Amino acid sequence: MATAQSVPVDLSAALVLSPPPLGDWLVVAPVVLMIGLGALLMMVRKSVRLHGAIAVAGLAALVVVDAALLWRVSTHGPVTMVMGRWLPPFGIAFTADILGSVMALVSAIVGLAAGFFGLRDIDAAGRRYGFFPFLMLLMAGVSGAFLTGDIFNLYVWFEVLLISSFGLLILGSEPEQIEGAMKYALLNLIGTTLFLIAVGYLYAIFGTLNMADLVGRATLMSERAPLTTLTALFILAFAMKAAAFPVNFWLPASYHTPRIVVSALFGGLLTKVGIYSLLRVAIMLLPVEREQLSIAIAVSAVLTMMVGALGALAQSDTRRLVGYVVIAGIGNMMAGIAIGTPAAVSGAVLYAVHSMVTMTALYLVVGEAARLGGSWSLATLGGLYRRSPWFASASFLLMLAAAGLPPMSGLWPKVALLKAAIDIGAWWLAGAILGSAFILTLALARVLLLAYWRPRPQTRIDAPTAVVAPAADWRIILPLGGLTVLTLGFGLFPEPLLQLAQAAAEGLANPQAYIHSVFPGGAAP
Amino acid sequence: MNTLILRTVAPGLTALMLLFSIFVLLRGHNEPGGGFIGGLIAASALAIYGIAFGVGAVRRAMRFHPMTIAGAGLFMSTISGLVSILFGVPFMTGLWIYPSFLGAEVPLSTVMSFDLGVYLVVLGSIVSIALALEQDSEPEEQAVAPLPSPAELRPEVKKRRDPRRRAKESR
Repeated sequence: MATAQSVPVDLSAALVLSPPPLGDWLVVAPVVLMIGLGALLMMVRKSVRLHGAIAVAGLAALVVVDAALLWRVSTHGPVTMVMGRWLPPFGIAFTADILGSVMALVSAIVGLAAGFFGLRDIDAAGRRYGFFPFLMLLMAGVSGAFLTGDIFNLYVWFEVLLISSFGLLILGSEPEQIEGAMKYALLNLIGTTLFLIAVGYLYAIFGTLNMADLVGRATLMSERAPLTTLTALFILAFAMKAAAFPVNFWLPASYHTPRIVVSALFGGLLTKVGIYSLLRVAIMLLPVEREQLSIAIAVSAVLTMMVGALGALAQSDTRRLVGYVVIAGIGNMMAGIAIGTPAAVSGAVLYAVHSMVTMTALYLVVGEAARLGGSWSLATLGGLYRRSPWFASASFLLMLAAAGLPPMSGLWPKVALLKAAIDIGAWWLAGAILGSAFILTLALARVLLLAYWRPRPQTRIDAPTAVVAPAADWRIILPLGGLTVLTLGFGLFPEPLLQLAQAAAEGLANPQAYIHSVFPGGAAP
Repeated sequence: MNTLILRTVAPGLTALMLLFSIFVLLRGHNEPGGGFIGGLIAASALAIYGIAFGVGAVRRAMRFHPMTIAGAGLFMSTISGLVSILFGVPFMTGLWIYPSFLGAEVPLSTVMSFDLGVYLVVLGSIVSIALALEQDSEPEEQAVAPLPSPAELRPEVKKRRDPRRRAKESR
């Protein structure tokens, strides 16, 4: 105000006075871009013809921005920008380290693939309902969760992505969808409420919410504060989000109801946001307490892997089957978090990246198989190899990836996790990883045998949709082919990604660079 | 709620509440108030109007669809945060200008435009929910266009299905 200008005040204690370099804007750019475009699409909600073009262009821009951010983070170290110029820990900080920017980049690629697929999968009614605005806001929530440096802000992005996911889930308003959405919404609301309670508890103990400020404080206060309870609360909340064993039942109950492209997005991204938060909180902020709870996490991980693999073997609905494959992957990542050594954490990060791409692609495969074969059920699907050999080959490669077999991307994270488990002598954990991979191979081979190699069963002649299904066009070939090539690339040339995952794990174990990026002048006041 | 008293009072009350919502919005920078509560007051003003005159009247009075208004508000808030890139300060920093109109200094800021965006988001989304709820419980609209009974519908359904079946057979 005018009067304040005349009084000399030392602003350097409260405000950022030096102008931020233009490159620092990259850390807020993904979120701003997505929210801005989401708002724009809401404004032109009647002209649904524009939606697809704007959304796909925006998602392509998001990939570019996230790639630039990753490049900047890997050359200059973690990047921070504080909102409204206030110094952290009071100003909300957006901080991107290697982990956050890798996850953001992969999620953007997955989002772009889903955008392309949505051009075909979502009809005019679905667009008028708001598929593309919801997609933009979902991506804003996911990017925000990966890039924020403030734990309450993380909660806010969880809410953003949850609310947009509710919208996407009931796209079409079929009774089956409403039922699935009820289960999903209820469980996720309980999960986020637990998260909120944990954040409040955390604030009561430490008096700060900034992640860089929280690092290391836990070790100072481990005698006085009930930190194990706090950590258990966080782990339960994030495990609910990630669909780990005791709280995994909502995922197969709801993920098969929406349009397949929505399932693909959810299976690829949302559970991995839970894993990312778990990595951030359990590995970076509360490492000692995670060590105390590691047996519990490991048991949950083993059961998650087994439930996922056996569930996949038991299902005959292809969408539910893929849902169980997602859960089995979550078990593997939880195993990495339970072990907690940098090698194991890098395995978990690698697995998360692989899982985002592969699970999305696998859902898209299932959707395309249903379009070609006219059914979601393994009992009636058949003859897909004969119908489209190229599609069948891509599916085969993606199933290899999901089962963790070479030459695809699934191999390397499993190898890393196995080695980490054997290194600390947890043979039962290693056995569970191998066992779950074996059962998954059986389950996916079953899909391949029944839906692709077996001739089309002639019991139901009255399925005319299969006969008249039009040929695939670029809106399907591009996302499916792109994701397949990506997983194949990870599998054949894993070195760059392995290095990135190791750097990400290193950044979590020794977050000095992260702290320095938020507090360049030294520790917090 | 189709009473003479409400219908007489509603226009004045709506205008007064809309005016008050803008007062609360502008007051919010330094005192209790702000975009959120202002938007809620404005939304309840339009809801009262809707209760008195029906959903159609509110939609006509608003000119734009409520969701469009919400989108515009969200867009405005985003842009308000982005303005600071031009001035070399971090995202969402408040920037002020002090133009004078007729000798009176009027402080304007990106904080205010952000808050105005919040106002529009709240207004748009709450009105959109309120109108959807009011629409379902409105007996007049059903009286205007009575739903056909299942018996009336049936022959039409058959008629619509016929061409497809014929096409299938010819194939």
